[in-house]
Amino acid sequence: MTEASAPALHVKHLTKRYGALLAVDDLSFAVYPGEIVGLLGLNGAGKSTTINMILGVLEPTSGSVSLNGFDVAKQRQQALAKTNFAAVYAPLPGNLTVRQNLRIFGLIYNVAALERRVDDLLEQYELTKFAGTRCGLLSSGEQSRVSLAKAMLNAPRVLLLDEPTASIDPSTAQGIRAYIRDFTARQQGAVLWTSHNMYEVEEVCDRIMLMSQGKILMQGDPKTLPQAHGFATLEALFVDVARETGAGS
Amino acid sequence: MNLSRIYAIVLRQFYLLKGSPTRLLPLFVWVMIDIVLWGFFTLYLGSVSPQGDRFVPALLGAVLLWDFLTRVMQGVTMVFFEDVWSRNFLNFFATPMRVTEYIAGLVITGIATSLIGLVAMLLLAWLAFGLSFAAYGAVLIPFIMVLFVFGMALGVLGSAFVLRLGPSAEWLIWPIPAILAPFVCVFYPLSVLPVWMQAIAHLLPPSYIFESMRGIVNGGPVPWLGLLAASLLSLAYLAASIWVFLRVYRTAVRSGLIARYSAEAVN
Repeated sequence: MTEASAPALHVKHLTKRYGALLAVDDLSFAVYPGEIVGLLGLNGAGKSTTINMILGVLEPTSGSVSLNGFDVAKQRQQALAKTNFAAVYAPLPGNLTVRQNLRIFGLIYNVAALERRVDDLLEQYELTKFAGTRCGLLSSGEQSRVSLAKAMLNAPRVLLLDEPTASIDPSTAQGIRAYIRDFTARQQGAVLWTSHNMYEVEEVCDRIMLMSQGKILMQGDPKTLPQAHGFATLEALFVDVARETGAGS
Repeated sequence: MNLSRIYAIVLRQFYLLKGSPTRLLPLFVWVMIDIVLWGFFTLYLGSVSPQGDRFVPALLGAVLLWDFLTRVMQGVTMVFFEDVWSRNFLNFFATPMRVTEYIAGLVITGIATSLIGLVAMLLLAWLAFGLSFAAYGAVLIPFIMVLFVFGMALGVLGSAFVLRLGPSAEWLIWPIPAILAPFVCVFYPLSVLPVWMQAIAHLLPPSYIFESMRGIVNGGPVPWLGLLAASLLSLAYLAASIWVFLRVYRTAVRSGLIARYSAEAVN
């Protein structure tokens, strides 16, 4: 974590209102190069809404998001050029092969020397043998690796991961965590990671933010935060926060 | 406009067509069935009517041009529906791609796929039923251009409807050509329509094309003024359809519809 440098992702007073429902309430935080930040919360806490606003596919009611110093609302192309994401609910088209999908998204991101980049990613994510296989025929774990390979195509400086290890086996999940740690170590990428797996969050994240009803209730080091609030584990803290706020319906 | 991103949309459709006979065959099959059906009907009319030699260029030519317009529209909407069916909006629109680049990709792909159908139709109509393009002359080119542009406009507008109303609105899109057909006078002259239908017909570019085509087949001059009106109208429709798509996209970003198109897959 290098907080001395400028934040790669900077969210300021972000609010999203759907009529009477306040989905995200005046959210502010920053993620720095080389840092993995976990965004935790029950279903409906506002995590995916926040990620969608960061990606520019959902317009905030107020507030702003800057990616690599570019305002997403005003400089969308520059802001998203070095940003990427992988989400469990957004698999790549299943009717295209792994290589075709990577090639298409590589063109969209204007990746230089695209064929070599695709080959490198196929090898790095152990997908070479699936290069000609349609994504829809792959297992959940293999599809997650394809999504991650796609997310790495443009060598992002900001990576948004919305439950990237949901519904995959522990061994594959461990591999994905290793890829992400490698990404932050080598490329000084900034990662915002949502997950419901407390073990995973403790293992991977440098910092966590606990979100409920659109607000960040607390944040800190996942290894020390539970004890600081009188709990033995992060999961116990999470469950207590859920009960206290009455959220998650 | 970034050409690489537009190429990505076109390439995606090429990959889908290449790997899927169920997508490739409809580009030829339906139009060829139409030509065969109407070709024999035209031959029959020709054998029982004293004006028989005019039926092939007038009737079969009209079928061919109307099918072409329909294929252009479907070519555009099919590319869009691929993203609806694969719930790919979030993947595409969370990139630096501009929505205008996406529309350009839809339109170029629609042009390419409909051209394949057009060539198949022209060859079959010529080889099997003796449809001679000399009957129309060089004016066939502006005819096709106007229908191209209007077909694109319908395709972009149809895509905007589905983006706004959701995947289930797909069934609203397919009948659009059938709804327009009575007004654009594909098979009969404008004069047979009641006045209120004529008023609508004057607002639709294809009606000028089919009127012009019949006029030329009957030995009349090329109605350049009508062609100019059709060209301007079709360009106006295309501009309006793009404007509507952009507005709908903006609304979808404000309401979260773009993200929900994907999220629905896990609910």
